[in-house]
Amino acid sequence: MLGLNKKDTTLLIIVAIMALFAPFILNPFPEGSSMAQMFNAGYPDLMQRFVIFGILVIGFNILFGLTGYLSFGHAAFLGIGSYSAVWMFKLIGMNVIPAILLSMVVSGVFALLIGYVSLRRSGIYFSILTLAFAQMCYNLAYSVLGNPASSYNLTNGETGLQLSLNDPRILGGAVSSEGSLPVTNFFGIAMRDSVQLEIGSWLFTFNAGYYLCAFIMLISFYVSIRIFRSPFGLMLRAVKSNQQRMNYTGLNTKPYTLAAFVISGIYAGLAGGLLSSMDPLAGAERMHWTASGEIVIMAILGGVGTLIGPIVGAGFNEYFKNILSKINDSVLHQWLSFMPDGLEDAIVGVLHFFVGKGWHLSLGVLFMVVIIFLPGGLVEGGQRISRLFRRKKTDDDADKASHSTPAE
Amino acid sequence: MDAILLQILNGLDKGSAYALIALGLTLIFGTLGVVNFAHGALFMIGAFCAVTLSKILNASYEVIDETKTDFLGNPLKVKLTYIESWFGPETGAAIIDWAVPLAILFSIPIMIAIGFIMERGLIKHFYKRPHADQILVTFGLAIVLQEVIKAIYGANPIPTGAPEVFRGSFDFGVLLGYEANAIIYPYWRMVYFAFSALIIGGVFAFLQFTTFGMVVRAGMADRETVELLGINIDRRFTIMFGVAAAVAGLAGVMYAPINSPNYHMGMDFLVLSFVVVVVGGMGSLPGAVLAGFLLGILESFASMNEVKNIFPGIDQIIIYLVAIIIILTRPRGLMGRKGVMED
Repeated sequence: MLGLNKKDTTLLIIVAIMALFAPFILNPFPEGSSMAQMFNAGYPDLMQRFVIFGILVIGFNILFGLTGYLSFGHAAFLGIGSYSAVWMFKLIGMNVIPAILLSMVVSGVFALLIGYVSLRRSGIYFSILTLAFAQMCYNLAYSVLGNPASSYNLTNGETGLQLSLNDPRILGGAVSSEGSLPVTNFFGIAMRDSVQLEIGSWLFTFNAGYYLCAFIMLISFYVSIRIFRSPFGLMLRAVKSNQQRMNYTGLNTKPYTLAAFVISGIYAGLAGGLLSSMDPLAGAERMHWTASGEIVIMAILGGVGTLIGPIVGAGFNEYFKNILSKINDSVLHQWLSFMPDGLEDAIVGVLHFFVGKGWHLSLGVLFMVVIIFLPGGLVEGGQRISRLFRRKKTDDDADKASHSTPAE
Repeated sequence: MDAILLQILNGLDKGSAYALIALGLTLIFGTLGVVNFAHGALFMIGAFCAVTLSKILNASYEVIDETKTDFLGNPLKVKLTYIESWFGPETGAAIIDWAVPLAILFSIPIMIAIGFIMERGLIKHFYKRPHADQILVTFGLAIVLQEVIKAIYGANPIPTGAPEVFRGSFDFGVLLGYEANAIIYPYWRMVYFAFSALIIGGVFAFLQFTTFGMVVRAGMADRETVELLGINIDRRFTIMFGVAAAVAGLAGVMYAPINSPNYHMGMDFLVLSFVVVVVGGMGSLPGAVLAGFLLGILESFASMNEVKNIFPGIDQIIIYLVAIIIILTRPRGLMGRKGVMED
């Protein structure tokens, strides 16, 4: 279907079904129960983040997973996309489509410029160059371009770029009929509109913005599958396994890597545009290099170079960030109340550092564990487990075949 | 002229910090071939060694002071630090006052131990993995170390003062014949510069004039041949990792009075230190030092108002801009050697 082989079609359909029924899947506990407060993730804001960061990491994976070029500055494109979308809302109108298109175009142009320069070097130099460019963008957005007093205030600095009542907004009017700020919409469907469905004590929320993001995520996922399976994708993989040999055969790899960089930049810009479309506010902190680091973490957690890895990684990261930051000491005491008091206090005392405000620590530890023991990320973990089960049934001939190493 | 001198002086202290961190990074890169993203965290841990020592020295207990009474006539409880009660009030107060310089002694064994544990426990297993994996695992380690410090010391910066004698400023202008207050420079920054010059000199002397240093340099140039000669180069490289960690830690200890230590100071310095290493040339120790001071001074020039009026925002991006230009025009950096990371 759609030019995909059977396996990929199945994968795409599974992702589509998951995305479609996410409000159900992510709300397994009845409304109001204590488990629901902790583990339910089926509210619009978080679901939007799942798919938007999924798009971002899918794009990052096209660069890092296929070519092996580790960009440490991808958050810059996310930020540029966010700013462009908010400007579109300020100047043209509140429809999200032009905003998203503009953010893709602008971040694509930036990716072309940055990529053209950065890709002249590879390996660690490339990482540092992208890092330098991203920090430059961040610093500019924060200082000169963000100074409300200066004449080139594009980003509004620390406050963040936001809508105001006296923006021009050529199409659609500057002010809504109630006299307040208009909301972002998709040809009249407001992004924040939700339909709620109550079944028994369960409450499911279906959000218009989420479904738009999910639809776009599916398209991006499809495009990424096509890229992975195309001759272009094969060329990028060849760059990863041995770029020197590619050059020796007389092939100029630069256009290919540059195209991959621009594509992944456009993906990041798209994600940024969607973030702004869901909540029309863009801040410079989205471009900080720790944000770039988080993109890398998500990609690694899921599994670099695999199709589904980025979505798994982004979902996993966002979900656990959300849960871990909600857990506090009293919750831990409640969970561990079956233990003897001394032991309970000791365990809570240790876990205290990993939950609540300390969730960064748990994710950092997890990230290190994945890098050390599971270089292929959670996807590889899943594959290993399934292989373990399969081995019990069949011989491990198939296993050996899949471990062939490329000839040197 | 005096403005230019002032900017050069201002650039020196930041430049010293860049140079020290970049020196450690280069030591690790040149010997072990690993790009250590956790090096900024080592710098931060050094600064927190100073914080810890000053907290330990300030540990106190309450005593009843018979000579003083509160407004009800009861004897007043005063806090007395252990140090003061052991060494007498004057010596005790002096020791507490000198907490930061004393932390140098305190931090060296800690930093070397951390360096050994890092290399033997973690980084050793990554020599055969791709560079990207090395970057990522040390990046993860940096996050973990940073969060541990945040969990222990909290998220707010902790002011840690320099000794009383160094708190004022020195009037350079008078010395050079300018009017008073034209060029003033805090004493502690002079101390910092002198200290870092000492450390840099020490590291170079160690590598240049000792047998151990000679073997390390030989190993940096050609590891395999040194191994064939029957020398256990791995152990020496591990020791160099410890030395590099100690250099970063010392840079952090002495930086504590300049900028109150907070948990993300390491990350802030790390990005710039990488840029410094790249500008200096990967694997070149003199290059790292030169580029560190150069970029520090350049940054302070760019923050002059006269420059900022012509190029707004240049102070924020100058270092990155220079790095980009250098990488594109001189791919090996200012003093990079041939054959090091030339892919």
